[in-house]
Amino acid sequence: MSAPLVDVHVHFLHERSGRADWEAANRRRLDVGRRIGITVHVASILGTWGQTSPTYFPSPDDTTCGNDALLALMRAHPEIAGYVTVNPNFTDHAVREIERCRAAGMVGIKLAASRRAADPLLDPIAAVAAARGMPVLQHIWQHRRGEVPGQEISDALDLIALAERHPGATFILAHIGGGGDWAHSLRALADVPNVVVDLSGSGVDRGMLELCLDRVGAARLVWGTDLTMDTGLAKLRALEALGAGPEALADVRWRTANRLFGLGLAA
Amino acid sequence: MSPSAAAARPQPSRDVDHAALVGPYPFRRLPDPTPPALLAGMDRLGVRAAWVGHVPSAWYRDAAAGNEELYALLAPHRARLFPVPAVNPTWPDWERELRRAVDERCPAVRTYPSHYGFASHGPAMAALTAACAEAGLTLVLTIRFEDPRQRSRLDVAPDLIGADVRAAVRSDDAARLLVVGADRAVVEEVHWGSTPAEAARVSWDISGIWGAPEDHLDHLLRTVGAERFVFGTHFPFRLPESAAAKLELLA
Repeated sequence: MSAPLVDVHVHFLHERSGRADWEAANRRRLDVGRRIGITVHVASILGTWGQTSPTYFPSPDDTTCGNDALLALMRAHPEIAGYVTVNPNFTDHAVREIERCRAAGMVGIKLAASRRAADPLLDPIAAVAAARGMPVLQHIWQHRRGEVPGQEISDALDLIALAERHPGATFILAHIGGGGDWAHSLRALADVPNVVVDLSGSGVDRGMLELCLDRVGAARLVWGTDLTMDTGLAKLRALEALGAGPEALADVRWRTANRLFGLGLAA
Repeated sequence: MSPSAAAARPQPSRDVDHAALVGPYPFRRLPDPTPPALLAGMDRLGVRAAWVGHVPSAWYRDAAAGNEELYALLAPHRARLFPVPAVNPTWPDWERELRRAVDERCPAVRTYPSHYGFASHGPAMAALTAACAEAGLTLVLTIRFEDPRQRSRLDVAPDLIGADVRAAVRSDDAARLLVVGADRAVVEEVHWGSTPAEAARVSWDISGIWGAPEDHLDHLLRTVGAERFVFGTHFPFRLPESAAAKLELLA
C-alpha cells in the first residue's frame, strides 16, 4: 500500500457554478485523484464561481451557498475535507460561517482575494483560525507588482505581515506554481515558521522545487494541485528525481498536512 | 498507478521530445541547462531522442553565432540530440544557416519573430517559410518562453498569437510548422481558423496545454486530431515530468 497523499488545494463545482458539466467535472477530479493515489482532497468552493457575485469577491450569501455545497460533497465522499470560504469584508458573517462550518466538519479556512492579506480586517479571522486550530489557505500572487482586475491580490510579503501578527495561526501560501515570481515568495519565506507553502499550480518551472527545498524546507511544503492535477503529479515525480529522501517526501505528501489539519492519517 | 485506460487511444509518442532547448536564459537561472541534464531527464522518461534548440539564440542579434554554440554543445550527443538552429531572416546571409542545417541533417529550424523584430505576416517570414519548405525543414515557432506573470521587466518580446501562426502557415503553400508552448485557445483558434490543408501543415507540442482534470489535451486530441500533436517538454524551462504526466492522465 502506497503512502498517503493529501492534496491541500482542491476546488469543486456545484449546480450554481455556471457549468453544465459540474457533476462530471467533480467526478473526473475524484477519478484522477484515485489514479494519482490521493487519500484526502482538502477542498474549497468560492461562492458561485462568478455567477451571482465575483469569484474573488463572493457575497455572503454566495459564500454560504458554496460552503453548503462543499458540505454536501463531504458527506457524499469521505475522502473530501473542507475549507470554509469567507469574504473578510463581511467580518461578522465570516466569523459566523467559520464556526458553522467547523461544527459541520470543515478543517481549514479559505481566503481568496477579497481583501489584501496584510489588512487589519483579516485579524478577527486569523484570531479564530488560531483559536480553533484551522489553517488558513491564502490565495497568493507570487510577487505583487501592481493591481490586477478582478482580485485584490496579496503576495508573500502581505501574508507574512498577517502571519507575524498571529504567530499562533498557521497560514498556507497558495499555489507557488500559480503565477508570478515564485523566487520572490520563497526568498521572503525562509524564516517564517507559521507559513507553509503549497506546491500547487499549473507552473512547473525547473528550479522552483529546488528553491522550495532550499529556502523553505520539506517540513514546510505541502503538496497540492489546484486546477491542474497533471502538474501535481509531475512535481511528485520531480521531487523524487531531485533526490528528496523518504522523510522529506513523506512530509510533503502527507505528514505536514496531516498534522496541520488533524486528518488522522497513518503511514 | 494503474495502467491508463487511454493507453490504446491515439496519443503523441514519447519517443521524441520535439521542444527541448539548451543554454542559459537571460532573466532567471535555469538549473543545469545542458545536454547531459537533458539526457538525464530523457532517460528518466524513456525518451529516445530530442529536437534541441538554443536558448541564447533568441536574444542574439546574430543567430548564426548562437548556432555555432549549439552545434558545439550537441556534437558529443548527436546520436540522440538533433540540433534545431535559429534563423533570423532579417539578418544578412541567413540562407547560409538553412544550408548548414540541411548539411547537418537537422530536422527543423527555429525562428523568433518577436525577438528578432519582424512581422509574421511580412516578407521576411514569407521568405523563410518558402526557403524552409524548399529545404525540407520544419519551422518551429515558440509562443512564449515563460509565463507572462513572472517575466522580468526587461523581457518585453510579446507572445506569438494565433494570427502569427495563421500568417506563417499561409505564407507558403508547402511550409510545415511546429508550434511549441501553445495553449488550447491558440490551438483551436488556428486550427478552426485555417483550411484543412493549412491545418494539416501545423503541428503542436503538448508542453503548454492543460491536462487532467480540465482535459484540454484530451479534448484537442479528439477534436483537432492526435496526428497534429507531438511530445514536447520545453526543457530547461519546465519539468520534463509535466509532459509525461499529461499523457499518463489522459481521460
